[in-house]
Amino acid sequence: MEVRNKGAAPIRVVLAKLGLDGHDRGLKVVARILRDAGMEVVYLGLRQTTGTIVDAVEQEDADVVGISMHNAGHLTLAPLIVAALADAGLGDVPVVIGGVVPDEDLDELAAAGVGAVLGPGASAVEVVASVRGVVDAGVRASGN
Amino acid sequence: MHPDRRTLSGIPVDPVYGAGPLPGEYPYTRGIHAGMYRDRHWTMRMFAGFGTAEDTNGRFKELLRSGGTGLSTAFDMPTLMGRDSDHPLAIGEVGRAGVAVDTVEDMADLFADIDLAAVTTSMTINGPAPILLAMYVAVAEEGGVERGRLAGTLQNDILKEYQAQKEYLFPPRPSVRLVTDVIRFTAAEMPRWNPVSVSGYHIREAGSTAAQELAFTLANGFAYVEAAAAVGLDVDDFAPRLSFFFNSHSDLFEEIGKFRAARRIWARWMRERYGARDERSLKLRFHTQTAGVSLTAQQPEVNIARVALQALAGVLGGTQSLHTDSYDEALALPSQEAARIALRTQQVIAHETGVADVADPLGGSAYVEWMTDELERRAEEVFDRLDDEGGGSILEGVYAGIESGWFMGEIAESAYRFEREVNAGDRVVVGVNAFTEGDEGRSSRLLRIGQDTEDLQRKRLAEVRLERDGSAVRTALARVADEAGRPGANLMPALLDAVRTRATVGEVVEVLEDVFGTYVETAVV
Repeated sequence: MEVRNKGAAPIRVVLAKLGLDGHDRGLKVVARILRDAGMEVVYLGLRQTTGTIVDAVEQEDADVVGISMHNAGHLTLAPLIVAALADAGLGDVPVVIGGVVPDEDLDELAAAGVGAVLGPGASAVEVVASVRGVVDAGVRASGN
Repeated sequence: MHPDRRTLSGIPVDPVYGAGPLPGEYPYTRGIHAGMYRDRHWTMRMFAGFGTAEDTNGRFKELLRSGGTGLSTAFDMPTLMGRDSDHPLAIGEVGRAGVAVDTVEDMADLFADIDLAAVTTSMTINGPAPILLAMYVAVAEEGGVERGRLAGTLQNDILKEYQAQKEYLFPPRPSVRLVTDVIRFTAAEMPRWNPVSVSGYHIREAGSTAAQELAFTLANGFAYVEAAAAVGLDVDDFAPRLSFFFNSHSDLFEEIGKFRAARRIWARWMRERYGARDERSLKLRFHTQTAGVSLTAQQPEVNIARVALQALAGVLGGTQSLHTDSYDEALALPSQEAARIALRTQQVIAHETGVADVADPLGGSAYVEWMTDELERRAEEVFDRLDDEGGGSILEGVYAGIESGWFMGEIAESAYRFEREVNAGDRVVVGVNAFTEGDEGRSSRLLRIGQDTEDLQRKRLAEVRLERDGSAVRTALARVADEAGRPGANLMPALLDAVRTRATVGEVVEVLEDVFGTYVETAVV
């Protein structure tokens, strides 16, 4: 696989809805916020599975994955996508969860390997900072 | 109800003020009934659904006990998407954001000990709507209540799914055939049932403006009228039972103008364009829900004030029924305590404020009348566009707008514009970008649905599959496939037979997908 210089190129982010949940307003707004911030957005949209998301991350050489969840299923589904990435050898690609996530679930999601969580009302500045933050942390950890 | 009303200070007030056309008179801008809420309050219909059918049945009974006057069912995502609880795609979503219904057994548990001849029931279901209606009829008839006595509403509005809510199963045209199958069935056999609730709610929640909500929703309504006429129904045979469902957001007078404009547009179009003669066909009846998307996770108690004001707009706009959102819904499904406060909010408006004493109390206000006219004008621009696109058919224009992604693009654009305004501080959201406290004190008493519910529901489903007569199920599903393949046939009788054999929602949907195909949208960001 071609290795990009992750420090210099624009951040490439895959955005998806995992599962049956159809609430895509937030994810679409986030797509535009990230694009306006200079990132490359690969918008997978609705009804994705862990398999289709992992394939896209691999093919697009993505730096980060954003998953939107409004189905109260995040404690079940978020660990599944983290595990699926790890199984595919993409464990260094951080996962950001956005949507309806209560504060009391943050510790459990962090323990499951989720890089960051953007709850209801997160501002554009917070969205961009959060995605940059997890990518930068990953870049530093891998010593690039 | 009390015929004469007085203010808190004892001043007697008339049922209506101002010049005609009065409420109850064409074009019904001021309301569809002369007496409005002085004759009868709106129905306080609280939307509920979570976990297993027993869980939701308990909430239904609590809402009826505390003064709710109608039921409204929220199904979970797998049910909305026509997937059984044991389907691989259902993982993590069973019973989480609504109630799980796989078979008629679940439907029976959902309404256990509730007299279906006495309540009105609304079911928020679209793609698999005919299947769930069949289950409701089967449960009622197994309990001795004939279908003709059932009163309620099936959302069954598939067009807005492609535009906004995204819970579609089949391509648009066969899906609209299912809608007209339900319209034909209820027109013939269920005179008290509303076969479609043409819904702007989800269009608005997905990000549209009030003007877009109004225009797209009424255009979808016209599309169903054209589709039903195309299968041979006379407009006055079904239009009286078409109902609507709108969002009530925070801009008070814009919302009130929207509701008033909706009534006037519908009345005129039904009479002038579609040739309706029955007065009931001209009267736009609607349910209202406060704007879920306006609720904030920050300082959530403030949502109680937002909901009260939005509910007031619905009442001042002349709604026939109302759901008030719970203050904790930005974070989870409503807890019982929060749902009760939301219901009590409606009761305060109905019984303490006096706004129910006079019909259309804002009629004649220069601002409200101007807003009504302006929203109507903007809606007519959209109808012109769709009519042109469709070559003189709104139905074809709506199909074209779905296929080209036009509706989606318009809605996404409005959603992004709103977000930019909030982020720039041009639009204040209390507790979010202004009047913040630092630690916003998120609510901790949230309703949580765990993995145990999912496991339990799968076990129940496995038991039903084991106990039913497998060959009867196969025969019934084969008949569904046959009828689906015959364009002139009505699928409802075959669906009733199938659900009675305990065929699952997912099994029926898979059979229909084999005939109709599936639909994958081209995303517009």
